[in-house]
Amino acid sequence: MSEIIVITSGKGGVGKTTTSANVGTGLAILGKKVVLIDTDIGLRNLDVVMGLENRIVYNLVDVVEGNCRMKQALIKDKRYPNLFLLPSAQTRDKTAVTPGQMVKLVDDLRDDFDYILLDCPAGIEQGFQNAIAGADRAIVVTTPEVSAIRDADRIIGLLEAADMGSIELIVNRIRADMVKRGDMMSLDDVMDILAIDIIGAVPDDEDIVISSNQGEPLVGMGTPAGQAYMDVCRRIIGENIPIQNPAVREGLFFRLSHLLKRA
Amino acid sequence: MNLFPVFRKKNSGEIARNRLKLLLVADKADCSPEIMQMIKDDMIRVVSRYMDIDSDRIEIQMKKLKQPDCERFTPVLYANIPIRDVPDKGIY
Repeated sequence: MSEIIVITSGKGGVGKTTTSANVGTGLAILGKKVVLIDTDIGLRNLDVVMGLENRIVYNLVDVVEGNCRMKQALIKDKRYPNLFLLPSAQTRDKTAVTPGQMVKLVDDLRDDFDYILLDCPAGIEQGFQNAIAGADRAIVVTTPEVSAIRDADRIIGLLEAADMGSIELIVNRIRADMVKRGDMMSLDDVMDILAIDIIGAVPDDEDIVISSNQGEPLVGMGTPAGQAYMDVCRRIIGENIPIQNPAVREGLFFRLSHLLKRA
Repeated sequence: MNLFPVFRKKNSGEIARNRLKLLLVADKADCSPEIMQMIKDDMIRVVSRYMDIDSDRIEIQMKKLKQPDCERFTPVLYANIPIRDVPDKGIY
C-alpha cells in the first residue's frame, strides 16, 4: 500500500525542498521505492538539491498534458536505483495544472511506489492546492521563528479544512546554543503553540548548505541534520523513535563526537 | 554577563513566544492586536468599578484549548486580572 505525503510550510525558505530531498533519499535508503515530485511549477529546485538537473528531459506538465509517458519523465537517482524524481516545469506557471489533474497523476503512480513525496511551493494559492489535492498525509515544515510558525498555523488550518488524513510537524533549523540562552523558541514552545504531532526536530547544520552545494542529500550521514532526517524517515515508516531535542542533547557522547569531528 | 538580573531584558525567545500567541489567535478570531488592547482597556475599566486591580499586571490573551465536549482546539479568551483589594461596600 503506497502513501502520498505532501511536504509544505506556507512560508518560503524554511527547508521544504531540503526536507523533501532528504526524506525521499532516506526512505530509499530504508529500501522503499520512492518518487519525489516537484510541484513548484515555474520555480523548480528539487532537481538541483538532488543533483539531477542535467538529466531532465520531460517534466510534470509534459506528463499532465500528454506530451510524454510517465516513465519517460521520471529520472532515476544517481545513487539509489529505487528513488525517482518527477521534475517540475520551469517555463510554465501554477495554472498549468489543476488539482484534479494532480489527483490523477499521483493515483497513476500509486501502484508502482511505496512512497510518493510532493514538494509543495510556498504560499497558499493554486500551487499549494495542487500539491495537497492528492495527498494522504501532510508534513508541515517550520523554523522556530514567529513568521514561519504563524504561516505554519495557517497552513495547518487549511489542511484541516481540506480533511487531510494526518498532519505532522518538522521543526527545522533549531540552534541549541540560542535555545539554551533563551534567544530562540524551544521545540516545546513550538509544539505547544501549534498543537499537532511532531515527526522531526532538525538542528541547524552547516553541512546542509554543503550538501545542497554538492547536490547530494546528507540523510543518514553522521552529521546532526543527517541523523535527524533519518529519524524522520524511520518514523514515517512506522518505527517508534523518540524525538531527539537538539537543545538538550549535549551529553558526553555528543560533545565527544563533536570534538572528534573537529580534530 | 549581567550582574543585575533584575534589570536584564526579557529573552528574545520569550518575546517571540508571547508575540506569536497573541498573533495566532488574532489571526484566528480575526481580531488584531489593537482590538485585543481595546478589549483589555475595557475590561480594566469595567472590573475597576468593583475591585482594586493591578492593571499593569493584567494578562489577556486568546488561547487554543481543547474543550471537553469537542475534539478540536477552540479559541478562548483568557484573562488574568490580579486583584489588590475588594472594597467593602456593605453587600455582605
